[in-house]
Amino acid sequence: MSGKDEVIVAEGLTKVFNKSLVAVNHVSFSVKSGEIFGFLGPNGAGKTTTISMLITILRPTEGRASVLGYDILKEANEVRKVIGVVPQEYTADEDLTGYENIMLCADMYGIPREVAKKRALELLELVELTRFKDKRVETYSGGMRRRLELACGLINRPRVLFLDEPTLGLDVQTRTATWNYIRKLKEEYGMTIFMTTHYLEEADALCDRIAIIDHGKIIAIGAPKDLKESLGGDIITISIKEGADVSNLIRSVENVKDVRNENGSYRIKAEHGEVTAPLIIEALRKNGYTVTKLSLTEPTLNEVYLEYTGRALRDSEETKEAIMMQRMILRRARGG
Amino acid sequence: MSGMNGTNEYYPSLLRGLWALTVRELKKWLKDPVMVLMLVLQPLIWMGLLGKSMNINAIFSAGSLSGVTIPDIYIPGSYLIPPVSGTLVIPGSFITQQLQQAFSDLGAKVMQSAFGVTDYFSYMAVGIVSMIVVMTTMFSGMSIVWDRRLGFLNKVMSTPVSRAAIIFSKVLNGTLRAIFQATVILALAYLLGLQLSPTFTLLNLLGIYAAIFLVGAGLSSVFIAFSLRSTRMERPMQIINLVMMPLMFASNIFFPISLMPEWMQVVAKVNPLSHLTDAVRQLTILPLDGTALMLDFVYLGIFASVLSAIGIVLSWKYLTK
Ligand SMILES: Nc1ncnc2c1ncn2[C@@H]1O[C@H](COP(=O)(O)OP(=O)(O)O)[C@@H](O)[C@H]1O
Ligand SMILES: [Mg+2]
Repeated sequence: MSGKDEVIVAEGLTKVFNKSLVAVNHVSFSVKSGEIFGFLGPNGAGKTTTISMLITILRPTEGRASVLGYDILKEANEVRKVIGVVPQEYTADEDLTGYENIMLCADMYGIPREVAKKRALELLELVELTRFKDKRVETYSGGMRRRLELACGLINRPRVLFLDEPTLGLDVQTRTATWNYIRKLKEEYGMTIFMTTHYLEEADALCDRIAIIDHGKIIAIGAPKDLKESLGGDIITISIKEGADVSNLIRSVENVKDVRNENGSYRIKAEHGEVTAPLIIEALRKNGYTVTKLSLTEPTLNEVYLEYTGRALRDSEETKEAIMMQRMILRRARGG
Repeated sequence: MSGMNGTNEYYPSLLRGLWALTVRELKKWLKDPVMVLMLVLQPLIWMGLLGKSMNINAIFSAGSLSGVTIPDIYIPGSYLIPPVSGTLVIPGSFITQQLQQAFSDLGAKVMQSAFGVTDYFSYMAVGIVSMIVVMTTMFSGMSIVWDRRLGFLNKVMSTPVSRAAIIFSKVLNGTLRAIFQATVILALAYLLGLQLSPTFTLLNLLGIYAAIFLVGAGLSSVFIAFSLRSTRMERPMQIINLVMMPLMFASNIFFPISLMPEWMQVVAKVNPLSHLTDAVRQLTILPLDGTALMLDFVYLGIFASVLSAIGIVLSWKYLTK
């Protein structure tokens, strides 16, 4: 089986809904103790479904998984005791105060009242909600709700924390603040964190290792840096004044691995971009072409995603829709 | 912050989880001032509209003959035995008076034999208790739809709290609300003129609560299972609309079963609301009939056990899917 420092192990985990929709398709991975492991993928990729199986609220159709050595099916209750969960939705009760919500979570774990009170106050301090603890959650902003969810997920002092889209719908500033809380949990308390996101920057900034998931399948797995390096170099984009196709000329330059002509702008993949770019310009000039534009970028996870799926991982539209959904549900909940 | 790393040595007992989840709902309920207002207003309106407007007593009262004018009756003396001379006059007003008296006595007798009490308002007010019990238990079961939608249910399920506690808390919440409301209604009805039978004592309230608990538990378990499993939000609401009327009218809530058409009597007799209503009447306005009361409780006990079992099995399957 797994080594001692492997906190989560999944083997061929699969979920099929309604006998036909394969939401998660034979995913296998392991998460090491003390690392932040991220599932990166677009909406509908199967991230929430995977988390739901790991936190024992959804039965896998096939495959197996364990958390801290406990089987998610046979020892579900042991798993539940040692994990903390921060769901994608705002689940706190609108009509109760922040403090009451945390205490309710504590009750779910059977934490004695006195101990729970102390922990709740500590956690409220940690997520900077002490000032608002006796206010109804109804009055909280999105960022405050997220933080409250986080505090609830920590009440049982979990050894593994599951975060489903922890910054969905938050503005940039609040998002960065949330990242800091998450980093703090890892660094100060050595917590193992499994999170999902569809924000490239988030996966890049926060995760030690990521699995890129698309249509229920893991298509790449590794540290963000390794994944980017595995693409084999930097991206150079060049435009020339003349109309001719110079792809072959560029391809003959040393270190160039791939050239794509995208409407007169050349997307070049090359090792050691900062050395190769001048060589390309040199070669073009020698042949009488004039370079009008040049840019050099190190590859981002978007390039990685593009490489494997042939599509860009675009945040904009899907995200807006998801946020709208969330807002609508909240409003309806309030409206009665 | 100290020792975030320490392992969690605690484990929730069924009762702790059950209590916490139930208190959550009751708190939400009591925190809502509109809810409390509705609690008083709704039965008041119903009792006012139904109990006082369907004034069956008035039909049989002397007043309903007031429009009738009976002419004086002249009987020639020769028709009488033994014959007398002249004419005998029976004034119409005298007949009216006699008729009114007879009608009124008859009315009281009819009421007594059909409804068991002489005033319809008392009969009706107790029926409203049953109505509220159904409405409240069903509506509070519906909150599980929101819990599921908003992710609360999933979050709770990822904790070690017992799945049974999750289901029971909903049942308990519904029945406690119903009991609370029933108390308010009975108190209001008493103020509005409900006539308690001499056999009534405050201890009878416990019997009433037990009967409500049985019906509430049975109805809400099934309803919760249904709400949990329905994919659309409006389903539970549709079901309430569908079953409310038959449950209410094919029962003794408004009208005695013995006077219904035969086919309806069959329905009304298996309708748990008939037994609930009868039990509550026995314990409040009727002279207590021990055997009838016991039969009601036996029936309600069986009803509650069977429906709870079905509901809990169905919910359990859903929660552990
Ligand atoms: N309970 C469910 N029943 C049927 N289909 C579902 C259910 N939950 C998720 N799905 C489907 O499974 C796929 C993966 O969904 P999900 O895991 O929520 O994706 P993500 O979290 O990555 O956005 C989607 O196509 C979604 O519609
Ligand atoms: Mg999701």
